[in-house]
Amino acid sequence: MSKHPRVSKLFQKDLVIQALKDSFIKLNPKAMVKNPVMFVVEIGTVIMLVMSIYLLVKPDVVQGRFIYNLSIALILFITVLFANFAEALAEARGKAQAETLRKTRQETPANVLLPNGEIKVVMSSDLKKGDVFITTSGELIATDGEIIEGIATIDESAITGESAPVIREAGGDRSGVTGGTKVLTDEIKVQVTTEKGESFLDKMITLVEGAKRQKTPNEIALTILLSGFTIMFLIVTVTLEPFGRYANTPIAIASLISLFVCLIPTTIGGLLSAIGIAGMDRALRANIIAKSGRAVETAGDIDVLLLDKTGTITIGNRKATNFYNVNGMPGGEFIKYCAMSSISDETPEGKSIIELAKKNSIEVNMNDHKDDTFIKFTAQTRMSGLDTKGGLSVRKGSIDTIRNLVQSTGGTIPVNMQKIVDDIANNGGTPLAVSVNGKAAGVIQLEDIIKTGIQERFQRLRKMGVKTVMVTGDNPLTAKFIAGKAGVDDFIAEAKPEDKMNYIKAEQKSGKLVAMMGDGTNDAPALAQADVGVAMNSGTQAAKEAGNMVDLDNDPTKLIEVVEIGKQLLITRGALTTFSIANDVAKYFAIVPALFIASIPQLQVLNIMGLTSPQSAILSAVIFNAIIIPILIPLALKGVAYRPLGAETLLARNLLIYGLGGVIVPFAGIKIIDVLLTILKLV
Amino acid sequence: MEILSIAIIIILSIALAIPLGKYCAKVFKGDKTFTDFLSPIENFIYKISGINPNAEMDWKQNLKALLTINFVWFIWIMFVLLTQTWHPFWNPDKILSMEPTQAFNTAVSFVTNTNLQHYSGETGASYLAMLLGLVFLQFVSAGTGIAALALLFKGLLNRSAKNLGNFYYHLVRSCTRILLPLSIILAIILLFNQTPMTFKGADTIITLQGDTVSVARGPVAAMVAIKQLGTNGGGYFGSNSTHPFENPNGITNAAETIAIILIPIAMVFAMGFFLNRKKLAWIIMAVMTAGYLALLIPTISQETGGNPMITKMGITQPQGSMEGKETRFGSGLSALWAISTTVTSNGSVNSMHDSFTALSGTFMMLGMQLNSFYGGVGVGFINMFIFMIIAVFISGLMVGRTPEFLGKKIEVREVKIAILVALLHPFLILGGTALASHTWMITQNPGDTLKWLNNPGFHGFSEMLYEFTSAAANNGSGFEGLGDNTAFWNISTGLVMLLGRYIPIIGPLMIAGMLSQKKYIPESSGTLKIDSPMFGIMLFAVILIVGALLFIPALVLGPVSEYLTIIR
Repeated sequence: MSKHPRVSKLFQKDLVIQALKDSFIKLNPKAMVKNPVMFVVEIGTVIMLVMSIYLLVKPDVVQGRFIYNLSIALILFITVLFANFAEALAEARGKAQAETLRKTRQETPANVLLPNGEIKVVMSSDLKKGDVFITTSGELIATDGEIIEGIATIDESAITGESAPVIREAGGDRSGVTGGTKVLTDEIKVQVTTEKGESFLDKMITLVEGAKRQKTPNEIALTILLSGFTIMFLIVTVTLEPFGRYANTPIAIASLISLFVCLIPTTIGGLLSAIGIAGMDRALRANIIAKSGRAVETAGDIDVLLLDKTGTITIGNRKATNFYNVNGMPGGEFIKYCAMSSISDETPEGKSIIELAKKNSIEVNMNDHKDDTFIKFTAQTRMSGLDTKGGLSVRKGSIDTIRNLVQSTGGTIPVNMQKIVDDIANNGGTPLAVSVNGKAAGVIQLEDIIKTGIQERFQRLRKMGVKTVMVTGDNPLTAKFIAGKAGVDDFIAEAKPEDKMNYIKAEQKSGKLVAMMGDGTNDAPALAQADVGVAMNSGTQAAKEAGNMVDLDNDPTKLIEVVEIGKQLLITRGALTTFSIANDVAKYFAIVPALFIASIPQLQVLNIMGLTSPQSAILSAVIFNAIIIPILIPLALKGVAYRPLGAETLLARNLLIYGLGGVIVPFAGIKIIDVLLTILKLV
Repeated sequence: MEILSIAIIIILSIALAIPLGKYCAKVFKGDKTFTDFLSPIENFIYKISGINPNAEMDWKQNLKALLTINFVWFIWIMFVLLTQTWHPFWNPDKILSMEPTQAFNTAVSFVTNTNLQHYSGETGASYLAMLLGLVFLQFVSAGTGIAALALLFKGLLNRSAKNLGNFYYHLVRSCTRILLPLSIILAIILLFNQTPMTFKGADTIITLQGDTVSVARGPVAAMVAIKQLGTNGGGYFGSNSTHPFENPNGITNAAETIAIILIPIAMVFAMGFFLNRKKLAWIIMAVMTAGYLALLIPTISQETGGNPMITKMGITQPQGSMEGKETRFGSGLSALWAISTTVTSNGSVNSMHDSFTALSGTFMMLGMQLNSFYGGVGVGFINMFIFMIIAVFISGLMVGRTPEFLGKKIEVREVKIAILVALLHPFLILGGTALASHTWMITQNPGDTLKWLNNPGFHGFSEMLYEFTSAAANNGSGFEGLGDNTAFWNISTGLVMLLGRYIPIIGPLMIAGMLSQKKYIPESSGTLKIDSPMFGIMLFAVILIVGALLFIPALVLGPVSEYLTIIR
């Protein structure tokens, strides 16, 4: 997935500078209040500043020296800045990523077709929804839209990074075009489908902008939990004041505020929104445009994944792999008939028959059959072939259609042919029967080629607890064979669009969350029904509107990545919450003895870190509390590495790293800072 | 020997709790049990109360029922306590009406299953007040807790359903089928060991010295049985189960100790049987027992180790620290009782907690501050449920899924309620103690004016902290050095008991009601399994960090400093 020009370095100079500026702008209390944990730290900072100034005017032994109070105020201020910086950096990276996509949408002139038939040149920014414009070969498509007339090859490399041109045509399931892509051949009429500023990309950009970003339900719940912890520790600190007076140990305001700030979950509080933004950013980097943050999170909860067989599990289309002659005619002659029957068959299967014949050194030439009558393949007849002027009639089609044909002339399908047909079907292939002059002649074997490495991906999904379902138009026998070979858990054979819909509804009824990918208009209802519907960018407008994500790469395996991004988002939040709260143990050991040691010297036993003095203990704890935020920025932005292990192993792992680690790390960190402060004679 | 009897008592409690839990689950479900012969009595109660026990109610209706009936009981007991002077019968000792703030405190205390007795049992309440007021409440307040838990279980079992069952139905059956039969068994054991059960007034004896001594007696066995089994703790006598009539010998002591933790443990197994989640029951049981032992073992070691001040004097204490303890029980069994009674919100005592060595006070208070290592009947599990919701939420995120609890999504509303309920406990305990400390400090010459504390140092602080902890946890035991029968303590702890009782019932029932209506999500290998040891560890960590950590500064200023200044 590295074919795109991406913002890859975590701390890029220009982004860092931008983020630094933004972190000051974000100090505005109106913005801060959205993050309750950091907002109270900001209030603490203000109190400490006022306190310092007060002490400058009127020194007070209990409250400590001016310089000590000011240091606490500054450290708290820096804590808030660090948190703002994390958010600003995530935002800047997201915006930069969106910008690279937006660059593809430079101002492009469009030839708008007016209702009176005239052509008028309009700049892309002035196009309105419903306008129709014409783009011919060599021109850039001005904006997102849907082809209403024509077919063209289009270079989409600007968006997808894929250099091979793609074909887009009106009416089918591949009618969507993206602004900034280039028409290579032919001419198309495109209807504008989105109002300016409302394109999917525009929506995505708001998701990586902190201020406008809607918090996801999980994030709101976590914010509430963190606010609850904050109130708990507020109770602890506020009540400590009368306790201290009772114990004849008046506690300085600086110490109380320090204890409070250290205990509240500032680490996760400071990084929470950065994690959310970075999650959206990761989706964007994977060339997924999510319409809401919620969609990405829901992806992490997916239980069932519906995947189209073609393109996802198997490479492209079925291919002819063998000819079976049952009529005793010379081998070459049979192959020739097979090829002849497919001349007029434009489907990929038909083409593969011609190719296979070619490999057997048999070529049929269109010119040789100029005067013959072609029977085109249609969905109704399910048969193609040709009638030569010489009276030869060749047909190719599904076993059932050919059987009907043969029987209508009084013939039968020979037993050995039936056996071949069954063998092919049992082994996951698709048999096509060929008849010559109404008599059964033989069988063409079509086979699916399963993508390499797909089994491992399904294995990975299974470990995550995601059930994979293959959707295919094949008959149940073939479907079962491929499903078994690819390692999917279930399959829907002979699938009609409503089957997908019914399957999704049934799974949802039992409480499961379903994801699917689709492109066609007939996929739209299912995409809308699914909890996560990823539409391919090449798909129809209806499909794109129905889904809650659009994949710019048109890559059917993208769903798997989306699931991982969603999970990673939640894990990162959970892990850092655990880390943040576990930190409190060490902070208690640093600050609580420091508060009372003056009047209760026996509490020295609790100073297990052996910190130099009460002031150095408090300063070290507050400094540790501040610098842990920037230290964890990379983790917040990249996300905790996700491994598809079972839930229990994953919990054990994260609990060990972030829980136990969260208990131990601050002991070391606070001690080191204390030693440094002592060496530098700062305390 | 002492350790062996402690081990036997604990193991026996668990062994008895398993079948009892199975039976309770059947009672909750309304399945056939051998106690079905009681149905006529129950039907009679339903009939005279105008209750339709089969009317299904949602969480709101059930809560309304719970709160209403509790309010009615409160009014009743207030009336009884304020009119003792005029009680027509069952008041042979002519006990006078209670002072209003004391009556308020006592009424709240018994309605909330706390039994924080600011009066002295035998001289403060008439037999009528005891039997028709206090003992009645000891049954129904315990029944309320159990019934609330039954509703919670139903909420967890439901799939997209609204109704949790009928509160009255569970209340009546909890009393008739769980509390009453067990109380009868325990009362009989006590009777056979010479605990009095009489309506005659105080007896008089002439001692060997020739003094005439009035010996209080009364319907003791009945009250002792239910005060132990219903995690009430309010004894017949002021000195509770240290009194030789309440707790005559080793056998009654063992039986009463088992009775403290029996139903709380059985409730965990009842959950396992009710929801068919036996493994989960064992995980929760393991977490609770780990917490219980973590508090118990150091307490036993502290108490049997003796008083360090006496050790300093060069006096050996082979029996451990015996100040405030009964020689017929010894220091180890007293420690067992002390921790059992504090973790379960029972609050009965067989020794004076105030006299325990300093560090033991920390463990007793922690037991009440966490209030979920077994916990009170019904409400203990409900408290644990709140910790479980928080643990599930955090660990659910850590496995990369929207957190689920038994197949139900934990979302914004559930988290909001859970954290508010979790907040309440530290707020009441620390806030109350802060108020008391502040009042003490701003009062001129507080020792004479307020008369709360005899020794205002660290220990005095512990006494105040203990009192609010006990009230908030609906425990009822006290560091009795505190002069707590004053308007300040009667009113403040009264309010704390009310909040500490009802909010932790209302919140979880709301959550259960919400979860009940949610769609059930089948488990997959990506789902966090809460019946795994890993989740048990997570839960324990959450209890320690969200629960215990909050109280550390206060405990450091109280018992920990007292301990450190004594040993240094």
